Amino acid sequence: MLNAEAEVPGYKLLLPETSEIIWTLIFVVIFAVVFMKFVLPRLTAVLDERSEKIEGGLKKAEEVQQQADDLKATQEQELAAARQEAAGIREKARQDGARIVEEAKARAEAESDRVLASGRQQLSAERQTASTQLHSEVGSLASDLASKIVGESLTDDERSRRVIDRFLDDLESSQSATR
Amino acid sequence: MQLVRLIVIAVVLIVMCVIASRAKLVPGRAQSIVEMLIEFVHGTIIQNTLGIREGRRFAPFLITLFFLILAMNLAGVVPGMNLAGTSVIGFPLLLALWTFVTYVVAGIKKHGLGGYLKHETMPPGVPKPIYILLIPIEFLQVILIRWASLTIRLLANMVAGHIMLVVFIGLTQGLLLSGTWLIVASPFAGALAIGIYGFEIFVAALQAFIFTMLAAVYIQMASSDEH
Repeated sequence: MLNAEAEVPGYKLLLPETSEIIWTLIFVVIFAVVFMKFVLPRLTAVLDERSEKIEGGLKKAEEVQQQADDLKATQEQELAAARQEAAGIREKARQDGARIVEEAKARAEAESDRVLASGRQQLSAERQTASTQLHSEVGSLASDLASKIVGESLTDDERSRRVIDRFLDDLESSQSATR
Repeated sequence: MQLVRLIVIAVVLIVMCVIASRAKLVPGRAQSIVEMLIEFVHGTIIQNTLGIREGRRFAPFLITLFFLILAMNLAGVVPGMNLAGTSVIGFPLLLALWTFVTYVVAGIKKHGLGGYLKHETMPPGVPKPIYILLIPIEFLQVILIRWASLTIRLLANMVAGHIMLVVFIGLTQGLLLSGTWLIVASPFAGALAIGIYGFEIFVAALQAFIFTMLAAVYIQMASSDEH
């Protein structure tokens, strides 16, 4: 390359030759046409498509996120509702239980009252029979006692009669007292 | 020269076509790299200067410009070619003129012919007499200086890079084969050559970026509502 210079004046550097211009023109035109008509549209199409895809993907991700959020919100709502319902049911059950216990208690009380009353009634009936029975027996007992007393101390008439009277009076009064 | 350009164009186009035709939603490595470059041009250059709406219209032009210049510049550091497609004036000139036509057309479409000239040459908020000075300057700038500066910036960078590489590699070789004590210095020259090589890769990318950036800015200036 060093030997190539055969005394070319410096200003020639800035003056293009005709062939140079023509060749350059051809090259530039070829390059420009191919580049602008084929290479660039293709590449920019790919670039655009990619950015579109990315945008679409981002949008979709956002949508999915939104959906997930919605789902979660409704789920939480449902959960809260269910919890509330459960609490209501529990509360009601407690009230029911309390009521049932109360009822059972009342019933038991009534039952016991009834039993008590019937027992008492029976008792008094029995006492009645016992007392009537006693009445009949008391006569014989008294006559027994009287015969014994009579047999033992017939001498004191006045006194024995008084004893028998008093005995009978006592018996009478004690009977009326227990009635 | 034209062979280098032909090779570069063929290689780049074939590779890009293969990548583009195999383009998938989930990119492979090659596709990722290309997409990264496109996104870079899109994000850093186009959206920063033109905005998203206007940028969409000029994006194909600017991205093509970027890839073309980058490929041609990088040819300068590919071993075996070592000649940037942009280091002979035809290429930068043509690209600059393409840019020129693009921004002028964009401006005229937006403001009409007269409106566009007024828009570009008469910035508002300047005292009246200044316009005598300003109008020719601005006019010259729009009509000539912008594209000429684009051309020369790219061309000079690439030519300078090429010359530096040639000088340092040649220097290394010369020192190494000198047969005297100067051989000792040759590793330093070699290291410098390698350093410059790396620097040229950087410059290749940077110039592609600058060219595209300025093209975007010019379009923005032409089609904007206010200065």
